[in-house]
Amino acid sequence: MNKIANKQVINDVLLEESAKDKDIIVLCSDSRGSAGMKSYAEQRPEQFVEVGIAEQNLVGISAGLASCGKKPFAVSPASFLSTRSMEQAKVDVAYSNTNVKLIGISGGVSYGALGMTHHSATDIATMGSMPNMRVYLPSDRFQTEALIRSVLKDEKPAYIRIGRNAVEDVYEEGNVPFELDKATLVKDGTDVTIIACGELVGDAKAAAEELSGKGISTRVLDMYCVKPIDKDAIIKAAKETKLIVTVEEHTMYGGMGSMVAQITSANAPVKVVNLTLPDAPVVTGKSREIFKYYGLDAEGIVKTVTEQL
Amino acid sequence: MNLEAKALDIRKDIIELIYSAGCGHIGGDLSVTDILVDLYYKQMNVDPKKMDDPNRDRFVLSKGHSVEALYCVLADRGFFDKKELFDTYSKYLSKYIGHPNNKINGVEMNTGSLGHGLSVAVGMALAGKMDKKDYRVYAVMGDGEMAEGSNWEAVTAGAHYGLDNLTAFVDRNRLQISGTTEEVMTADDQEERWAAFGWNVISIQGNNMEAIDDAVEEAKKTKGKPTVIIANTTKGCGVSFIENKAAWHHKVPTEAEYQQALKELDERRAQL
Repeated sequence: MNKIANKQVINDVLLEESAKDKDIIVLCSDSRGSAGMKSYAEQRPEQFVEVGIAEQNLVGISAGLASCGKKPFAVSPASFLSTRSMEQAKVDVAYSNTNVKLIGISGGVSYGALGMTHHSATDIATMGSMPNMRVYLPSDRFQTEALIRSVLKDEKPAYIRIGRNAVEDVYEEGNVPFELDKATLVKDGTDVTIIACGELVGDAKAAAEELSGKGISTRVLDMYCVKPIDKDAIIKAAKETKLIVTVEEHTMYGGMGSMVAQITSANAPVKVVNLTLPDAPVVTGKSREIFKYYGLDAEGIVKTVTEQL
Repeated sequence: MNLEAKALDIRKDIIELIYSAGCGHIGGDLSVTDILVDLYYKQMNVDPKKMDDPNRDRFVLSKGHSVEALYCVLADRGFFDKKELFDTYSKYLSKYIGHPNNKINGVEMNTGSLGHGLSVAVGMALAGKMDKKDYRVYAVMGDGEMAEGSNWEAVTAGAHYGLDNLTAFVDRNRLQISGTTEEVMTADDQEERWAAFGWNVISIQGNNMEAIDDAVEEAKKTKGKPTVIIANTTKGCGVSFIENKAAWHHKVPTEAEYQQALKELDERRAQL
């Protein structure tokens, strides 16, 4: 069982890179603890900005820093970052094209029983609808590291959502296939394709193994790059497999599954089933309990594939 | 340079631009003109030949709707072609949009939605402190804009970080689109509000060039905290029938009004 949360990886990579690059700045909104940024804040006080509980200011200040050549990472709970500061993300970051990386921590339903105020099940829709904003939901710690190292090299806006707790590894240390803005083929197959993003890629992978055992050849695509989405990989899957099932920790409208359906319907019509959170506040529970309730876990995915194929 | 004469010339350009385009926020343009002229022709280190100079002073027009005033100043300072601006402003496919856009030379940041510019300016000032650069950062806010809560997050942070390289202006023209600021949402104790947050506060007659310049000089000498200049201005300043009328927030002059406005500005200029 992996014990290293994705946010810890971000802290570690930024701590390492910021020693070499003085322009890297991390900003938090009283969130350094929940963001796993304590050691960064302690060791890089000159490259850390605390803005207090003020997410609009967090993003606006980040944009101002970026316009002066800094490389800000605004790290704050995804629920607040993607809604309270949504207009700053739209105007000061996406529209102004500033090099701000928005890191939404404890994303999706990570905060579980704390309820809908703390859930960010709409962030793909809100952030993804902004022209010039990229949206990434990495699946495991290894891919998170590859992604952060990659976006450190560019100067464009991005929103990156990660969960709160450590998740099972999808990849192996030293063997992490990664190409920016290309879906990662986790497993190949010819009957059905499961397209997943974020923490649910692990469930998609487990489901695919079970389905393969039942004689259903299952492809798994890790669509960590929700925007720009990997259109080619989707069209290829639509042409080569009979069914696409999408799995995401997001509400049913405007998420990754909607985007997949938009692409297949225009280019290669195939049945697409979206497994999502409901258009409603979710039931009370921990992430894993919520996933199970809504059929987003491996068991639920297997059930859907079996029924729909 | 005679800054008062320059301010009248810029006002004429603003009237011309709005008249020819058939749109614009004329009242706020005319109230903020003197502030922009002092900054762009005297105080700020900005140069169209060195637009990417990391040591340049930064300017953010948080009240982005006063874009015509900013465009006229930037064009006159040589940041872009004045004719292109006048021929295309707000027209089909023009790059000169009705709010500041950083694809246009000389514009640092996109604004238009109120309550954004001061946070951005705080970030710019913080970057200057981190890099030990001596550039200064200026932001101009509208008085109606001060009802946006996000501003007060930025005001708090500016004082918290002791950003003495940051100067904000409040264009206190006392009018907004629906009426007086006091009718719409109280703004009368601006000085007390900013002071309570820890800023150095200077209150001036905001259409008086000498008063503006003195205040900017005082701000530059103030250490350990940012300065706000509450610029008590007249909305529509310089044209008698536009002054102090809420209806002229974004009204476009008729041909007769346009001629009358230019005549008044010419007369004022002749008296200098």
